[in-house]
Amino acid sequence: MKLNLKIWRQKNANDKGQMVTYPIDGIDGDMSFLEMLDILNEELIIKGEDPVAFDHDCREGICGMCSLFINGEAHGPDRAVTTCQLHMRKFKDGETIFIEPWRAKAFPVIKDLIVDRSAFDRVMSAGGFVSVNTSGNTIDANSIPIPKHDADKAFEAATCIGCGACVASCKNSSAMLFVSAKVSQLALLPQGKVEAKDRVLNMVKMMDEEGFGNCTNTGACAVECPKEISLDNIARMNREYFGAMISAE
Amino acid sequence: MSKSALLKSSIAKKYWMAMTGLFLCLFLVGHLLGNLQLFTGTEEGRQAFNEYGYFMGHNIFIKIMSYLTYASILFHAVDGFLLTRQNIKARPIGYAKNNAAANSSSSSRNMAVLGSAILIFIVMHMANFWWAIKWSSTPFPLHTIELDIPSQMPGAPQQKQEIYYTHDFSTQPVPKNEDVIVKNKTELYIKSVDVKIGEGYKDMHSLVYAFFGHDKSKHGFPANEFALLAVVGYVLSMLILAFHLNHGFGSAFQSLGLRHPRYTKIITLTGKGFAYLVPLAFAVIPVYIYLTK
Ligand code: HEM
Ligand code: SF4
Ligand code: FES
Repeated sequence: MKLNLKIWRQKNANDKGQMVTYPIDGIDGDMSFLEMLDILNEELIIKGEDPVAFDHDCREGICGMCSLFINGEAHGPDRAVTTCQLHMRKFKDGETIFIEPWRAKAFPVIKDLIVDRSAFDRVMSAGGFVSVNTSGNTIDANSIPIPKHDADKAFEAATCIGCGACVASCKNSSAMLFVSAKVSQLALLPQGKVEAKDRVLNMVKMMDEEGFGNCTNTGACAVECPKEISLDNIARMNREYFGAMISAE
Repeated sequence: MSKSALLKSSIAKKYWMAMTGLFLCLFLVGHLLGNLQLFTGTEEGRQAFNEYGYFMGHNIFIKIMSYLTYASILFHAVDGFLLTRQNIKARPIGYAKNNAAANSSSSSRNMAVLGSAILIFIVMHMANFWWAIKWSSTPFPLHTIELDIPSQMPGAPQQKQEIYYTHDFSTQPVPKNEDVIVKNKTELYIKSVDVKIGEGYKDMHSLVYAFFGHDKSKHGFPANEFALLAVVGYVLSMLILAFHLNHGFGSAFQSLGLRHPRYTKIITLTGKGFAYLVPLAFAVIPVYIYLTK
């Protein structure tokens, strides 16, 4: 398979950056998208050029590190997959493929296709946790009865891997799907209810401060999310926030 | 924290957007019910519509609702502007290739553009009707009817007399001549003794018929040479409104957190129906007026 890659190259955070075209040949349909980039990088290294920098870690769709805006969609044209799980058979021979970093003010480019997603970490530190005393008398979580469907919904929300595809896909660079998944996974459980009000207020406040946009409910995030996080979570966060806003001290 | 959140936070801004937007949807229903009376171009239709217009101008509940509507439009537009400005700032560098059609509807991606077009329509609409009826410095023509007066002498030509259509029609017809003057836009006074003898109606029905009519002057309203343009502009504006509501109606429920597997389908369906049927009903009226002779 022969391809024409158009890749965003940017030396560092201060560089202006530009799209650069790289023709590539000998790509197999069974390769993953990242393997294809590995091949390109090997060629670039042999030629003495700077390889394309991109994020990756597990390469099995669970860590959320791989990103890439491919042909106008986060993680490419396939549904419910990360880029490491995207196969080259999804592309046609001779196709031109645009490869760009996540674009958001809150996710500045570090180099080439790598962006700084620590804004998500700061949102999490603002309230995405349950305060437990770990001084030796921790209670087994399973000793608290939880309705099955609440547990299921919490688990579904918790499958969010923090990849940022929702932000990248949203025309407003809104982080509502990510933050709502993180709010929901705790709000649905008795352990999380204790700090629910402060959690939603503080996480949304941090989300706004980090410069993410507002939600227009376009639904692009849920379509592009590799873990199929549902818009139900955004509605739940909107409810949680309302209750907290009018009643919190 | 909670106080500033009411206006500043992204989510609270969306609550306001949704509440004002849904209130405007309610307003559309009320406005439409009034407009539907314009489907009759006869004298009875004219009387009914002008009486309705008088009621709308003289009812305290309607007055409150109208101020709420003005406030909602303003708040909705300003809030929408603030949200959109932040949204644009949140992505300083765009994508070289963005296949947004793969994951979202075009109305959802163009709410600000559609809304701005609606705002332009609202301003023009209010200049054409609201301003003309309520504020224009030239006196607004009142509803008058031409009566045939039976001639006293056989063989003499029949005479016509223009009388005002008034609230208290039954007591005595008020003729339109130099003996009767109009005060406070609709009050009819006998000039010589300064006594109020009736309350007339602004002839809004004829204003609308002359505005959208096909080169026809109507009861003192000059024919509108741009009637076709007015009709086309109106229909296009309703199409834009339909697109705005196509996304807006359902979106407002989501913004308010009103989503549930059991009800979301009904909300979506109602939203689509509302989004297309309401603007369609609005749009048919000027087309009907333009086409009727
Ligand atoms: C009768 C007229 C109008 C109606 C019935 C209406 C209704 C709505 C509704 C129901 C929403 C959804 C709210 C939400 O997502 O929570 C909405 C969104 C919006 N409206 Fe309107 N609207 C009207 C006029 C306008 C005008 C005049 C403007 C602007 C000048 C405007 C700008 C917007 C914008 C920008 C949004 C999207 C906000 C966002 O989610 O980012 N609308 N509208
Ligand atoms: S919600 Fe989905 S798209 Fe967003 S960060 Fe989580 S897994 Fe990624
Ligand atoms: S590299 Fe871990 S999800 Fe793709």
